[in-house]
Amino acid sequence: MANSRVRNRRLGLVLLVGVAGMVGLSFASVPLYKLFCQVTGYGGTPKTDVERAALRGPVSDQTIRVMFDANVNTRLEWGFHPDQRQVDVVPGVETLAIYRATNRADRPIVGTATFNVTPVKAAQYVAKMECFCFTEQKLVAGQEMPMPVSFYIDPGILEDQNTQDVRDIVLSYTFHPFEDETVALEDKDQGMDLLPTDDG
Amino acid sequence: MAYGATDHHDHHHNPTGWRRWLMSTNHKDIGTMYMITAMVASLIGGAMSWYIRLELAQPGIQYIDDFQFYNVLVTAHGFLMVFFVVMPALIGGFGNWFVPMMIGAPDMAFPRLNNISLWLTNAALVMLVLAGLTGGGPGTGWTVYPPLSSIDFHPDAAVDFGILSLHLAGAASILGAINFIVTIFNMRAPGMTIHRMPLFVWAILVTAFLLLLALPVLAGALTMLLTDRNFGTNFFNVAGGGDPLLWQHLFWFFGHPEVYIIIIPAFGIVSQIVSTFSNKPVFGYLGMAYAMSAIGVVGFVVWAHHMFMTGLDVDTRAYFTAATMVIAVPTGIKIFSWLATMWGGTIDFKAPMLWVFGFIFLFVVGGVTGVALANAGLAYVFHDTYFVVAHFHYVMAIAAVFAIFAGFLYWFPKMSGKMYNETFAKVQFWTFFIGVNVLFFPQHFSGMAGMPRRIPDYPDSYYGWNLVSSIGAAVTIVGTFMFFVLIWQTLRSGKVAEANPWGEGATTLEWQVPSPAPFHTFEDQPDMTGKAPAE
Repeated sequence: MANSRVRNRRLGLVLLVGVAGMVGLSFASVPLYKLFCQVTGYGGTPKTDVERAALRGPVSDQTIRVMFDANVNTRLEWGFHPDQRQVDVVPGVETLAIYRATNRADRPIVGTATFNVTPVKAAQYVAKMECFCFTEQKLVAGQEMPMPVSFYIDPGILEDQNTQDVRDIVLSYTFHPFEDETVALEDKDQGMDLLPTDDG
Repeated sequence: MAYGATDHHDHHHNPTGWRRWLMSTNHKDIGTMYMITAMVASLIGGAMSWYIRLELAQPGIQYIDDFQFYNVLVTAHGFLMVFFVVMPALIGGFGNWFVPMMIGAPDMAFPRLNNISLWLTNAALVMLVLAGLTGGGPGTGWTVYPPLSSIDFHPDAAVDFGILSLHLAGAASILGAINFIVTIFNMRAPGMTIHRMPLFVWAILVTAFLLLLALPVLAGALTMLLTDRNFGTNFFNVAGGGDPLLWQHLFWFFGHPEVYIIIIPAFGIVSQIVSTFSNKPVFGYLGMAYAMSAIGVVGFVVWAHHMFMTGLDVDTRAYFTAATMVIAVPTGIKIFSWLATMWGGTIDFKAPMLWVFGFIFLFVVGGVTGVALANAGLAYVFHDTYFVVAHFHYVMAIAAVFAIFAGFLYWFPKMSGKMYNETFAKVQFWTFFIGVNVLFFPQHFSGMAGMPRRIPDYPDSYYGWNLVSSIGAAVTIVGTFMFFVLIWQTLRSGKVAEANPWGEGATTLEWQVPSPAPFHTFEDQPDMTGKAPAE
């Protein structure tokens, strides 16, 4: 009896470890999924950790039309729109696009933008070098601020059989109120040194 | 073996009164209590669905003018039927009763853990009822998608109660699954090799592994939802850097195996009954066992077919469509093996066998609509319509209930020592069979015409089939109450059952002990060496 009891306990514990492992995996899925999307561009995730050195220059004079989309969460009292509807870019050439955000409330608000690229299969070739969407943005009451994004399209998009047909790419941003406002309001220096802000 | 040790057997006390039940460590008593839990929950969950059908019998709003309450009914009906009717009946009830007996073991490996599982399940049931009575109730659907389930849209504690209820039910099922796996791996009688186990034991083994791998993921997702709602985390909140789709991925990684957790024990019961009443061993025993295993494995890599509308790219949709269709292969093996078992057998058309015929019919209808829905292109059209409602009620809801009825009539003589009335049982079968088909088949038509789920009102053009469906629900109510009358009648005036009332076809070990099965069975394990595989 004792022998079988030990065997039962051992197998029971092994199975319990398996259960704990699955709980761990369900939480690990958050960073793993993020990593997977960043590496593969899955689900329209553009590259965001690129170095300028990786920019290899144009391979042809073919252009791709990049269109800009702007959305605001209904709970955020901001105006938000792109300065240009679209630009034609040569893959391999860095491009700067400007959005403009306005705080329509009478108090400072911190916002943060989520972003996505359509068509999703082209996302792995869209690389953002600097973007307002990388950090939280604070606007005081009534303030208007340009929101720049510097990006390039990897010329690999013209060589990949799956993406050769892509002529139009949409960069989409949605601004949300930043949930943990106390933290963001303390953090004054947010690395947006690409353009001077015009709030004086 | 050590199991034969007899030193303390003479002192075995059979506890009596409330101690026997509340503190039970006996697999048969615990199985019985699981069955009673399932019966009670089935009446609550059933009453909710009948109320829903009453509202839907006519266009316009008749009885339920609070739409949140309608959603609470739909949600609670789903939770009750999945977690507190089908799972306790098939796994907790029949599993506890018959897995130890079928493998010649004296009890489960961890009898006290078994007691914990039972009472956690009942505590979870109470918690779920409390959720329904708290504030506006949880009107999230059984899928609990954020942002609807977030604090913004369900501000009171109802969803939190629901989460805790599922946590408890999940913990109970995980502990039960560990208990089954250890029992089946370590406590089989000598000679009862893995490849000689009855198919019901195989079914419970596969189910236990599915529970073990799927439920912790639900537990993780529910914990994230709980902390999102109450402690300021942002797992599913876009504004905080989260993603509501993460919930759908985690939920369906659990949710799809969950439907196999429900139907695989049913497969096991059907295999036993087909073999018994055809007087033949099951056709293709190993194929049947590994078909169940294959369904279990493939079931973990098809979850996103529940998410075709969420903006998955075309390659992902193609993969999940193809992988889902692969499941039709092992499922087809099972259907054809049951038919091949019947082929050339001397079929005895007793009531359990009728329920099995009903099961196979319902499962095939639901399987066919399942193959249709597996196509991402068709899912775009059928998504969230009554076609989906009809599909999953056929394939997992009423099919599982038919297997429960089949198993109940098959094993009730062994559990109670009394024979049910064959004629009354057959009348009950036909009432219920006609009822559920009149209830659910028209919902295919409503769905194809575009009627959406989870809405208590509909345009007049959907009136006809909804009325038919509600009439079917009324017939089903009659069939349900006939079942309880059948139990009462059997216990009160049923004839005494023999040890094996089914004749030569019933070859498994539970038929070798007297009816009703004594409190303790197989304390000296039977030697199965060299005996024919007990399918």
